[in-house]
Amino acid sequence: MMDIFIAPLKFYSNVLLQNLIKELSKRFSSSIHVVDIRLNIDNFFSIDRKQYFSTQIIAEVMKLTDQYNGKIILLTDVDLFVPALTFIFGEAQLNGKHSILSVCRLHEIFYSGISNENLLLERTIKETLHELGHNYGLRHCIDWDCVMHASHGIEEVDIKGITYCNKCRTKVEGYK
Amino acid sequence: MDKKEKILIVDDEKIVRESFYHWFIEDNYIVDTAEDGETALNKYAKEKYDLLLVDMKMPGMSGLDLLSKIKAIDKDAIIILITAFSSVPTAITALKNGAYDYVTKPVDPDELSHLVKRALEQRALKIENIQLKESIDEIIKPDNLIGESFQIKKIYELVHSVSRTDTTVMIRGESGTGKELVAKAIHINSGRKYSPIITVNCGALAESLLESELFGHEKGAFTGAQFRRKGKFEMADGGTIFLDEIGSISLRMQIELLRVIETKQFNRVGGNELIKSDFRVITATNESLEDLVKAGKFREDLYYRINVFTIVIPPLRERRDDIPLLVNFFLNKFSSAMNKKIKKISKEAMDFLMNYDWPGNVRELENAIERAMVVGKSDSITVDDLPFHVSRNYLELPGDEKSLSSMEKKYINRILNESGWNISKTAQILEIDRVTLYNKINKYDLRKLE
Repeated sequence: MMDIFIAPLKFYSNVLLQNLIKELSKRFSSSIHVVDIRLNIDNFFSIDRKQYFSTQIIAEVMKLTDQYNGKIILLTDVDLFVPALTFIFGEAQLNGKHSILSVCRLHEIFYSGISNENLLLERTIKETLHELGHNYGLRHCIDWDCVMHASHGIEEVDIKGITYCNKCRTKVEGYK
Repeated sequence: MDKKEKILIVDDEKIVRESFYHWFIEDNYIVDTAEDGETALNKYAKEKYDLLLVDMKMPGMSGLDLLSKIKAIDKDAIIILITAFSSVPTAITALKNGAYDYVTKPVDPDELSHLVKRALEQRALKIENIQLKESIDEIIKPDNLIGESFQIKKIYELVHSVSRTDTTVMIRGESGTGKELVAKAIHINSGRKYSPIITVNCGALAESLLESELFGHEKGAFTGAQFRRKGKFEMADGGTIFLDEIGSISLRMQIELLRVIETKQFNRVGGNELIKSDFRVITATNESLEDLVKAGKFREDLYYRINVFTIVIPPLRERRDDIPLLVNFFLNKFSSAMNKKIKKISKEAMDFLMNYDWPGNVRELENAIERAMVVGKSDSITVDDLPFHVSRNYLELPGDEKSLSSMEKKYINRILNESGWNISKTAQILEIDRVTLYNKINKYDLRKLE
């Protein structure tokens, strides 16, 4: 069974990381590891947009992670973009090994002015499961109760469910 | 529903093509790309695309030229133009020339998603000539809407008949009866099932946050609002908004609510843009709205606006036949979730459950089974595993106290204690008048415990 590797990149909340690992461990029988990938992502920062280009980060990380046999999710606090869109929560290789997730826009304080750590954890779990789902070949699901439903805004992250639907879960290796 | 629509992305910038490509692939579309207008035309000649996303500014053939040429081949082609902010006036010209819409680059993902979805839905409706897919006659139920009693079957019938309309529905019933499940059943059996059902617990909303919560806010609308947020009504676009505990909203918010339900238009807090949202309204209450209207606490116009089609869910004690089915359902649910092998319940424990009055209804039963599963040691649930208050409230019949009068005494005493010896409330629950209740209290020599 493939392991899951979480690689923090410019990610500074150890409490969130530990809680995420705890939650993923409940959901997966795969082993969850935290790995340190030495990559300076400043090269992928756009001065115009004040965001980081996620596709380029993934491309660079691919060169550094041959030794890890499993799925690698990069976790970051910085805001991400792809050229066509104003922002993205995350990006994943469909049926691939790598994905990246930004928690930048998952913080409730940026929307309501009120911090909510539990909500941040819930959103982070959802988006982590979502990106991992893409790695396992899943596309967006039409079931709003499924974590693979598309979420193009924070509202949709909150609406959708926190587990895979029965159809999607069969494709995710090691999901209990 | 698997999307099979084909999208052609036409943009001279490779990284833009690629980012759109991956984004639409994840969203279940079949995606093709072209680096210029000529290539796009050649591809379009070979196969049809449901939607084209075309950059305005490309070397050689411009996006506008491509629009004209495609429209000459297929006047129904859906083309969305991508433009830089500075060329918005040109894009407006393009709309007059038949473009479906335009977006400015970089595109807000939410805006793009809605735009593409709306365009393709309109196209599908046109092609199918609004064929209503009524092939599924059997109602789809949410997993835990359980029951075979005639009362619950009647509810299935009502859900079935109302779900395919856009009628406003009011669901009434005691707390814990499953009003939200019935709302969900209506939604998932309606044509709106691919959009979300948004639940608003009106009783839990702080008045100060209500406006922002319901209508959303713009970036910078107040301190800390660094990002725009859509409100519940906007999130329900295309779907259903479920307003639970509708009786608890303030008169001020009732005015706002009535206006939005009638116009389906509103502004986000701090915004000037008029937002339109197409939602269906389902409300729920366990209060008597009629009494609230009489007391001046609920607007009569709003009451009539939401009270169009009513579904009343009976309390669990009035459909006891469903208890074994519900118990089995919860046993299976929790045994899987807790990885426990408890799949049975003893006859004595089931008798307890069948005879208990369930003031908290199905929710209380679910909690009772969950608790029993946690503490249960054997492969079946016994009376000892049931929550203390369930067992205590059960009308135990020790020794020879099995006469009707001893049952009545015990039951009246229980209701009196539960209501804190509130005579009016007890009489109401027992459905007897206050004088009769006083007579019974005297007859059985019942006394309030100090």
